[in-house]
Amino acid sequence: MIRIQTDDFDVGQELKKISSVDNSIGAVCSFVGLVRDFSGPRDNEGEDDKISSMTLEHYPGMTEKQLAKIEEDARSRWELSDVLIIHRIGRLEPKDQIVLVMTASMHRDAAFDAARFIMDFLKTEAPFWKKEETGSGSKWVEAKSSDAGNSKGWEK
Amino acid sequence: MKVLYFAWLKEKTGIGEEDISLPQGITNVEGLMEFLKNRGGGFEKAFSDISMVRVAVNMEHVKILTPLKDSDEVAFFPPVTGG
Repeated sequence: MIRIQTDDFDVGQELKKISSVDNSIGAVCSFVGLVRDFSGPRDNEGEDDKISSMTLEHYPGMTEKQLAKIEEDARSRWELSDVLIIHRIGRLEPKDQIVLVMTASMHRDAAFDAARFIMDFLKTEAPFWKKEETGSGSKWVEAKSSDAGNSKGWEK
Repeated sequence: MKVLYFAWLKEKTGIGEEDISLPQGITNVEGLMEFLKNRGGGFEKAFSDISMVRVAVNMEHVKILTPLKDSDEVAFFPPVTGG
């Protein structure tokens, strides 16, 4: 299931829901992404570089389409009982939760691997953009080349 | 065709979306980018370095040589930074 929302999410509540899907579930893996207060190499940053907030923009329609494709790919690779992807949009502050990926399966390997797979592809395929606000102004976050490397690593 | 702009492409062009007819002689994404750049002003700035621009046609990521038709939805945006 895919949800794009401005509201926060409750990991405990989602865990309870996914765990009750069926009695064969033996493992649930969850990844939570949070807003950090720094972006570049941490040592060289002054107070002005600290992130006070960020705004997440997305491409409605394409986001859901791409995430559905990633979920489908994960389900074809691993035997998963359920998948939940929640991504927040709008204005967020440091410590806020941005993204939740939760995978449920009979055994832990599938749950661990699928969660990582989904996050790696979400990073390179899902059309979200972050704009960070700092003491010295605002700027669009640049994509990391390591993210592309991570999703390429899954190619068979 | 519907053309959409996101993140700094939206800021530079000054618009989020527009409806245009596929200009005569334009057959692919690269041609459309060139056409938009030639409008000048914010469009010229947005498309000044096309290596920084990513494209989706009908909500799928595509390369710039992808052919276009008038019924397509084309979106231009920077590399994605979600998660």
